[in-house]
Amino acid sequence: MNILKIITEIEKVDPEVYERLDQRRQMFKHFAGFGKKLAVAAVPLAMGSMFQKAYGQSSGLSAQIREVLNFALRLEYLETYFYQLGLAAPGLLTGQNRSDINLIYIDEQNHVKFLRSVLGADAIPDPTPNAFDYTGAKGGARAALLPNVFTNLGTFLALAQSFEDTGVRAYKGGAPLLISNNTVLEAALNIHSVEARHASHLRTMRRGGPQGEPLDPSSTPQSWPSGNDNGGPAPAITAAIYGAGNPASLYPSEANVIQGGLNVQNISQVSPSEASEAFDEPLDMGTVLAIANNFIK
Amino acid sequence: MEIINNFHHLIQIIMSHISHKSSEAENAQGEVMVPLQRRAFLRYSGAGVALSGLVLAGCTDDRLNDIFKQVDRNSGIVNVGSGDVGILNYAYALEQLEAAFYAKVMQEMFYQNATRAERIILKDLADHEKIHAEFLYAAIKAAGAIPIKKLTPDFSSVNFASRASVLGTAKAFEDLGVAAYNGAGKLISNPAYLTIAGKIVSVEARHAALIRDLLQNGTFVGPDVVDLNTGLEKSKSPAEVAAIANTFLAQGSKIDVSSLPKD
Repeated sequence: MNILKIITEIEKVDPEVYERLDQRRQMFKHFAGFGKKLAVAAVPLAMGSMFQKAYGQSSGLSAQIREVLNFALRLEYLETYFYQLGLAAPGLLTGQNRSDINLIYIDEQNHVKFLRSVLGADAIPDPTPNAFDYTGAKGGARAALLPNVFTNLGTFLALAQSFEDTGVRAYKGGAPLLISNNTVLEAALNIHSVEARHASHLRTMRRGGPQGEPLDPSSTPQSWPSGNDNGGPAPAITAAIYGAGNPASLYPSEANVIQGGLNVQNISQVSPSEASEAFDEPLDMGTVLAIANNFIK
Repeated sequence: MEIINNFHHLIQIIMSHISHKSSEAENAQGEVMVPLQRRAFLRYSGAGVALSGLVLAGCTDDRLNDIFKQVDRNSGIVNVGSGDVGILNYAYALEQLEAAFYAKVMQEMFYQNATRAERIILKDLADHEKIHAEFLYAAIKAAGAIPIKKLTPDFSSVNFASRASVLGTAKAFEDLGVAAYNGAGKLISNPAYLTIAGKIVSVEARHAALIRDLLQNGTFVGPDVVDLNTGLEKSKSPAEVAAIANTFLAQGSKIDVSSLPKD
């Protein structure tokens, strides 16, 4: 088996193969299309692993992209273990509530698996459930913020909404940092919208289901943030989730009505709450991590 | 010889189109059309250069897209254009469609008979989509570009007295919107526009989840929209989206997305 001959064969279908072997940064972007052509070139499967490094995953990702994806992975672990513990808590989730939370749990597990597969050896270690304290007591280092999170359905759903709304803002803030890699960017957007679907449903659950009428943004919210949602489910703890990030000019609060320098409230002659509802806002990594840190030991 | 004949033929098509274009412009109303005329002129004056390039090198050029765009207009198809502005116009087309749909829903029978919660939701969605459409129109103008025309929808397949038909169509539009923004994000080159698309798509996803829950509670995600192995929502390319959107657009308002960036 002559490796050079194989590369020559590949070159016939992928003239940039030598450049790829050198510039692994571009690999990920072209990976899908190449896979098909590789089969055509009839390169023995056994050789596939030799090209793993060139056409493979994490090694082709820039430091910035690895940082954003590991940041996302951290949040996915925070969510996954939260739902895992909630589903394991006796009597907390039954009937429709249980099947809904289970659906969300499966998505989050898949997000963890997916991000790990993209990051490969560069993925952070699995923090395990022990890394988190969802009561907010930081393993006993301080008084619990939500002592009944796994015994009270209302508290559990409030924190679930908080995590999902945070996730939506986090992925939205991360997206522009991934713009150099189409494959990774699209995947992040594909997770982002799933987080938004989760957030919508959890908010719907909190107002008593789809036929429930929204009244108080903290306790019976709409399926999207309206203004800053009066600070969210538990303002003392959750206000930061709906507030401005750093810098506020790039990461305004959810009450923002200026988009791309244009005042949408004026353009459409609507109320500030309507103008704010039509757009979700991004959040920076530092602010997101500070929010998440409340529930990390 | 054949190349030269074809070249002359193309020039003839373009020249006849320019005269068609100016009469069209004169008939149309004021403000928007003035820059359009000028832009059309600039495009055509660049066309000869692009065409010689085509003949000599056999390669494509952005300006060729512009030429095909104008030819498309002859057949009454609305080309959303190229580059980031093309993506914005593509989004503007979809938001127009959604806004027109909910505006009509609110004037029709099902809405009158809907539950209080359903009326609150449909009114909110009508507001949000109108805001999206009007914002995108303003954003395209602010970018110094020309928004596509106001599209005429064709909702003849929708029974506005039927809950199942209205909510089923709403579900189709919202899921389509999410898949469209997800598929278009990577085609955007300016990060500021990517952020704006991100700000809109998650609201569309919240809508989609809620409408699906109204139809059947607990269907906020499902295998039709989310890949069960990865937890990733499925994107749709502009071509896939346009094929669906065009079934809800009247003749003369159907969109052509073929000039949009491919990656």
